[in-house]
Amino acid sequence: MDKNNLSETFFADDDRVDGLAKVTGKAKFTAEFKPAGLTHAVFVCSTIAKGAIKHMNIYEAKNAPGVIDIIYYLNCPAVPGYKPVDRIANPNARDFTGLKVFHNNMVVSNGQPIALVIADTYERAVHAASLVKVEYIKEKSETDFDKNKFNDKLLKPRPEYVRNQKDAWKNAEVFLEEEYTMPVETHNPMEMHATIAVWEGGKLTVYDKSQGPKNVQGELGRIFAIDEKNVQVITEFVGGAFGSSLRSWPHVHAAVIATKKLNRPVKVTLNREQMFTMVGYRPQCWQKIGIGASKDGKLTGIAHHAVSNTSSYEDFTEGISSVSQYLYDCPNVFTTYKILPLDINTPTWMRGPGPGTGCFALESALDELSYKLNIDPIELRLINNAEVHPQSKLPWTTKFLKECYALGKEKIGWHKRPTTPGSLKEDGMLVGYGMAVGVFGAGRNPATAKGILKNDGTLLLQSAVSDMGPGTSTAMVKIGSEQMGLEEKKVRFELGDTDFPTGPTQGGSGSATAVGSAVIAVCDAIKLSLKEIAIESIAGFKNVKPENIKYEAGKLIAANNVSIHFMDLLKETGKPEVQVSKSSSSFAQRDKYATNSFSVHFVKLHVHPVTGVIKLKHMVSAADAGKIISEKTARSQMVGGAVGGIGMAMTEESLIDHRYGRYINSNFVDYHVPVHADVPPMDIVFPNQPDYIISPTGAKGIGEIALVGVAPAILNAVYNATGKRVRDLPVTPDKLI
Amino acid sequence: MDTTNKNEGRRDFLKKSTALAALTIASPALIKAGDNDEKIAAYFEKVPLELEINGQAYKLSVEPRVTLLDLLREQLGLTGTKKGCDHGQCGCCTVHVDGKRINSCLSLAVMSHGKKVTTIEGLAKGEELHPMQEAFMKHDGFQCGYCTPGQIMSAIGCIREGHANTAEDVREYMSGNICRCGAYPNIVDAIMEVKKGGKQL
Repeated sequence: MDKNNLSETFFADDDRVDGLAKVTGKAKFTAEFKPAGLTHAVFVCSTIAKGAIKHMNIYEAKNAPGVIDIIYYLNCPAVPGYKPVDRIANPNARDFTGLKVFHNNMVVSNGQPIALVIADTYERAVHAASLVKVEYIKEKSETDFDKNKFNDKLLKPRPEYVRNQKDAWKNAEVFLEEEYTMPVETHNPMEMHATIAVWEGGKLTVYDKSQGPKNVQGELGRIFAIDEKNVQVITEFVGGAFGSSLRSWPHVHAAVIATKKLNRPVKVTLNREQMFTMVGYRPQCWQKIGIGASKDGKLTGIAHHAVSNTSSYEDFTEGISSVSQYLYDCPNVFTTYKILPLDINTPTWMRGPGPGTGCFALESALDELSYKLNIDPIELRLINNAEVHPQSKLPWTTKFLKECYALGKEKIGWHKRPTTPGSLKEDGMLVGYGMAVGVFGAGRNPATAKGILKNDGTLLLQSAVSDMGPGTSTAMVKIGSEQMGLEEKKVRFELGDTDFPTGPTQGGSGSATAVGSAVIAVCDAIKLSLKEIAIESIAGFKNVKPENIKYEAGKLIAANNVSIHFMDLLKETGKPEVQVSKSSSSFAQRDKYATNSFSVHFVKLHVHPVTGVIKLKHMVSAADAGKIISEKTARSQMVGGAVGGIGMAMTEESLIDHRYGRYINSNFVDYHVPVHADVPPMDIVFPNQPDYIISPTGAKGIGEIALVGVAPAILNAVYNATGKRVRDLPVTPDKLI
Repeated sequence: MDTTNKNEGRRDFLKKSTALAALTIASPALIKAGDNDEKIAAYFEKVPLELEINGQAYKLSVEPRVTLLDLLREQLGLTGTKKGCDHGQCGCCTVHVDGKRINSCLSLAVMSHGKKVTTIEGLAKGEELHPMQEAFMKHDGFQCGYCTPGQIMSAIGCIREGHANTAEDVREYMSGNICRCGAYPNIVDAIMEVKKGGKQL
């Protein structure tokens, strides 16, 4: 790679296309739509973790001012999709496994929605909900992960993975075995979840905070037995989600149940406490890593074991220990994974799911090993760099991990790192440097987009995706503008409406490649249409083959140098516009390539020698994310992931009082997400090398690798500063004194 | 067993015992409505509220329990001000009351009687954005945009208070405004630029 060509030239004006709407307050989020006759609904939630509702007295609440209805298990209309499916009639159908809201009187977690109070105003709904009286038949609940993580009666094992010898690490010249633990982390997007459902004339319209409007449309169609074409889901703006809106949760179903029962629009809003118990979380996890190497640093074996929790009613898994199978070149690898069902709600994917948790352990262990070997941590990783995928032996489509080490190392000033922990001080503070690697799967999902090129020189693009913040619209406008040779302000991308062509759910860092490929396919088809129109109607293009016509900056140019701008072409032929819909397929070459994006995170921090308070001083993230489509938003995405990683490393922890199975810190005062004061100056660097094998966009995805690896980089820096190895997240000051 | 009943009281008292008294003092129109003690209770439970929002005078009648945030969002359609926690813990709902930044979720609407409220919708002058809005766009001080109105209102307050002299100060005095997307460094850059621009805010 040409070192001077690390960055391509970016657009001068990189502002977000939806920035104006966001800074003026005009961007409309789910709870802000107001269909005529809107009613307000809030939940009554269980206060026990396991058992049954013996009696629910709704009399007083029902008679409170403004109350329209209270829906609970005794009066909830049957939901067709909650019934077990008829496997003979529909062999491919699957039972609905999520919480069946108001389906019966069973309580399976604390904070479970057990009644919906619908009133004419929000205040009246909240007040009436406080008047509902519930008696329970309480059963003994189990919410304690630590107590049960080795309980073979409860644990559900997943398939093991063995490459050559299981325990080769034990025979290595240098080895270690350590345990790594992390607590439940909760997504906590700033916008609390909300759904507005409107049932009118056999048509269901749902405004929903969703990462996948098409997914919600399909699910609601199935669950409520409504033809999908009569279900419209609108998700114009999403105020963050980080995985918490990847599926429809009970409140979405409850809103639909209510609007169908009442024939009135119903808005269900969650409060912050309910954000901890209804919309998923990153599961608690225990990991153990045994790792061994020869004296010169070559890895000889890794054993990586993981246990994470799930709910009592659904098996939730993510690829935690599997990261050890492929991140480094190691001949002997053994991984296991078990899940522990507990009496709490079901977890879900949270930014960097799987590798986010797995890399915390693996990248910590590698750092520990580097000190035992007396080899620089970056050098140790370079020694074990996987040139091909260690399991499949397939080449990566692209891999610029080595370049990331080089770029980040220089930016953080790695040469200043003390090789002896606790030996460097600045202003009376201990100084530490740390680094760690992040990885996530890359790929391309199928997507469809529609494009309308008008004779006024504008291009409108549409796809039924949503944008929770990364800047999907901005990236799609850039791609459309580049493809069609139009100024960005002439291109518009519309999303968040299931009436648009099918787009993927936003998750797993896949929006840019999937939707971007569809946009490119649309632009290619529009160009072909323009060429065909020219061949048919414009004298100089007669009998020219389409492939012999060039398209440049809006102009069609034939070999004989006859040219016409598409605006003139459309006007001369009396066409107001060219309209096409195109799909792009999923990445099909999985048998030929390994596909991943990579990141390396670097941290410089101070630790107070007496109080153990950590002050981050500087962070650098380098990401092999393929081609950077929009530098400004890509950089912001990386910064945001790093901030999420700071939370994982230093502040975030959802705590349950196991006597009641109830969260005790379900608010922003007691659950600490990073704030301004926690976040240091950051630098983001990209090798910016396109990956055209995965998709014509050249991108590989950013969202997950922005976070994966950040937490261990911080922990490794803490060790470098203090000589204290913390293997239990978050690293709060008490663990350092 | 969950049998808390902390919120009953005043309204029920009104409904049960003052309907008769109400009939003696209320206008004929109200006596007609008196057939329904609920309506009488509602009448007595609302209080007049006069305030100015974004330069526009409002004469309203609101329940005393309505927060300034819910008044803006649910009753006046000014949804630019956001609800992120409803407990004064996140700063999404920051507005200016008489020029000072406050959490509108912790403020009852009636407390703003006779005061001037400015929300995100009132910052721009027509097409001309407030310098802080421009700086947020330039520095990409947001991703999802949900905390953004609160960040911008708070940022203006931060400079007005004299708490934006250094980036370190800004980090401290903006820490009541949470951004889960993590746009913090960009927000600090935006605020520092506006501060250096030296315009009266």
